[in-house]
Amino acid sequence: MRPSQMLFAFMVVLTCAAAAQQTANVPATGSNTDVSALEQKIRDLEDRLVMLEGQVRQLKAQKTSMPSEDTASPPTPSSTAVTPAQVTMPQEAGRSTASAGDNVRLGGAGGAAAKALNPDISVIGDFIAGAGHNPLNPTPAFQMHESEVGLQAIVDPYARADFFISFGETGVNVEEGFITFTALPSGFVAKAGKMRAAFGKVNTFHNHVMPWVDRPLVSQNLVGGEDGINDAGFSVEHIIPAPGKWFLDFTGQAFRGDSADVYTSSNKNDLSVVGHLRGYRDLTDDSNLDLGVSYSRGHNLFGGDFITNLYGVDATYRWKPLRRSIYKSFVARSEFIWRQQNQPSLLTCQSITCPVDPAAGFQRAFGFYASGDFQFARRWFVGGRVDRSDRAFNSHLNDKGGSVVLTYWPSEFAQIRGQYRFTRYADRINAHEAFIQLQFALGAHGAHPF
Amino acid sequence: MILASKSSFFALATCLCVVLVAPPSATAKTLRVITTLTDLAALTHEVGGDKVDVEALAKGYQDPHFVDPKPSFLLKLRHADLLISVGLDLEIGWLPPLITQSGNGNIQPASQGFLDASQFAEILEIPQGAVTRAEGDVHPLGNPHYWLDPDNARRIAKGIATKLADMDPADRAYFQQREQDFEKRLAEADKKWQAQMAPYRGRKIVTYHRSWPNFAKHFGLDVIGYIEPRPGIPPTPSHTIELVNLMKRENTKIELIEPYFDAKTPESIASMTGGKVVVMMPSVGGKPEITDYFKLFDYDIEILTQAFQQTR
Repeated sequence: MRPSQMLFAFMVVLTCAAAAQQTANVPATGSNTDVSALEQKIRDLEDRLVMLEGQVRQLKAQKTSMPSEDTASPPTPSSTAVTPAQVTMPQEAGRSTASAGDNVRLGGAGGAAAKALNPDISVIGDFIAGAGHNPLNPTPAFQMHESEVGLQAIVDPYARADFFISFGETGVNVEEGFITFTALPSGFVAKAGKMRAAFGKVNTFHNHVMPWVDRPLVSQNLVGGEDGINDAGFSVEHIIPAPGKWFLDFTGQAFRGDSADVYTSSNKNDLSVVGHLRGYRDLTDDSNLDLGVSYSRGHNLFGGDFITNLYGVDATYRWKPLRRSIYKSFVARSEFIWRQQNQPSLLTCQSITCPVDPAAGFQRAFGFYASGDFQFARRWFVGGRVDRSDRAFNSHLNDKGGSVVLTYWPSEFAQIRGQYRFTRYADRINAHEAFIQLQFALGAHGAHPF
Repeated sequence: MILASKSSFFALATCLCVVLVAPPSATAKTLRVITTLTDLAALTHEVGGDKVDVEALAKGYQDPHFVDPKPSFLLKLRHADLLISVGLDLEIGWLPPLITQSGNGNIQPASQGFLDASQFAEILEIPQGAVTRAEGDVHPLGNPHYWLDPDNARRIAKGIATKLADMDPADRAYFQQREQDFEKRLAEADKKWQAQMAPYRGRKIVTYHRSWPNFAKHFGLDVIGYIEPRPGIPPTPSHTIELVNLMKRENTKIELIEPYFDAKTPESIASMTGGKVVVMMPSVGGKPEITDYFKLFDYDIEILTQAFQQTR
């Protein structure tokens, strides 16, 4: 018999004994009719029972977080010991049996204790149907764009780990996989592994938390598109004391230096770095302002001598009336991003529009998006986005676009979205496209940071 | 920018120095307690008195399932000695990232400064067997709205008092004394509430969400249906018609809803059944005048008994 089972049996016996004593006392004190004292005793007894039940739940929860070699053995001793308790407290009987199955965990781990140490597992499917013509950035009619498997758990008293493995149309990719040290001294939070860099807002978003089907043009052109700055390295975050009601938080990150078309590491020393300062303030209980400045630097695909610098400013305004928080909300968001990069001067002049005064291979590209999303009913959201961005490798080429989006949530775990997108590419090509996206979640996907 | 980072560096350095230099206080101290909901804050205040500095994250009129994990909450959490949560996955959508980001080792799950209050309370509606989301946003560990039962309040207060005493042994007697005093006042108040509710024991009601099982059990009400077809799923026309028929059949007039739900469907049900929508406050702070746990029940029982009288 395991210690937890023994303790459980002991507690049940104790409860029964106390209850038996109680019933034995009834006739004796009953004649004295000290009803309130009796009521008090019954109440105390009930409290003890509820407390014991709570302890049993806690024990079970603890058991699930401790490896045990005999978890598969049938728990007969404790279940037989439960029976007397059910007899003495009939109104609790249903609960006692019910609680026997309460190590069922969100995520469908079932009651089997053998699975108890499994992390929270989730899968988010992202299916996209596309219509329209876009010669520069074609999308298929139907695609199972991504199946994101999330595996999340607490590692030990000092850390937790999160893995997001993305099964795309072309292959499998560890989108993120990192450990977070949560118990460092002086309020530091450190991460190590592969992660989306803290550059601005959109770069940190997983596909399923974005308010659009696609990513803004500025992300596509300047910050590595869907993959973004996403690399192996480490991150340190700390809240900075700030005046008034401001929340200030600084994140510093160092990566290997390989991220999409943004950074390429030609040798071990070609690291890339990201710094992000976030300022946040509650304007009222219902609204808040979230500001950020970001900087990133690394070596680009032309070799170790060629540097790319990225600067970003982001601003988010959120409104959500707390009393009606599940029905109405509004989010306005914008990011401005500048990308400066050194590149061989030849490349600058290869394209159609050759700069009048080519700056010796130095490109200075700028882009932004501005978006608004309004929730007008419990399940309905409408939004729009304006896009504009230079191209990173030839900043004289400039793409523009805009989108309107309508989203419907059948439940918290599924989402249907329609998006119409217009893009005017620098090559004087106009693209009109429509997308329908279906996203659906299984299991317990941990909440994302705000 | 450079200036800002410089001054913040100094601030950081000062902060570190303070942390390192400050002597550990062995004597009585003020514990900084953060609770997820206002009800837990109210109970903590009852037993902690002025030895405890307590604040809740969510507002009393807010849906506790859907709270934004705002960074401003991190400012509260990062210096907390103790975090008290409702548990049973009520806060799963917003509390875990806050705890992770807080940079506060004291309040991480399973450390000394993390208290799940559900362990002290009687939990109802624990699902049996396999749980699937075909049942909606079901809580696999049982119904988390357990604080709406004065018996549970007593048990939680006792649990909190024990925890506070463990963290601040010098004030153990103070916490125990306050807890006993609270228990006494609660017993008296409960007698009054029970007397007010006595004429309506056994009455059938419907509720919007499954938020009131503990309340209904304590006061002997019979919840026969829900306006939501499944937990977390908004009302549908077909379910609403079924519910109206059920309410007519069972002669049920009262619909309990929380302030954060849209009253449109409940109102139309009321007009079809000749019933009444009662907006009950699920938490302390739901209205400005509801400043503690006693006033919460005073308020709820007052409007509920009025509604019962009107729909006789």
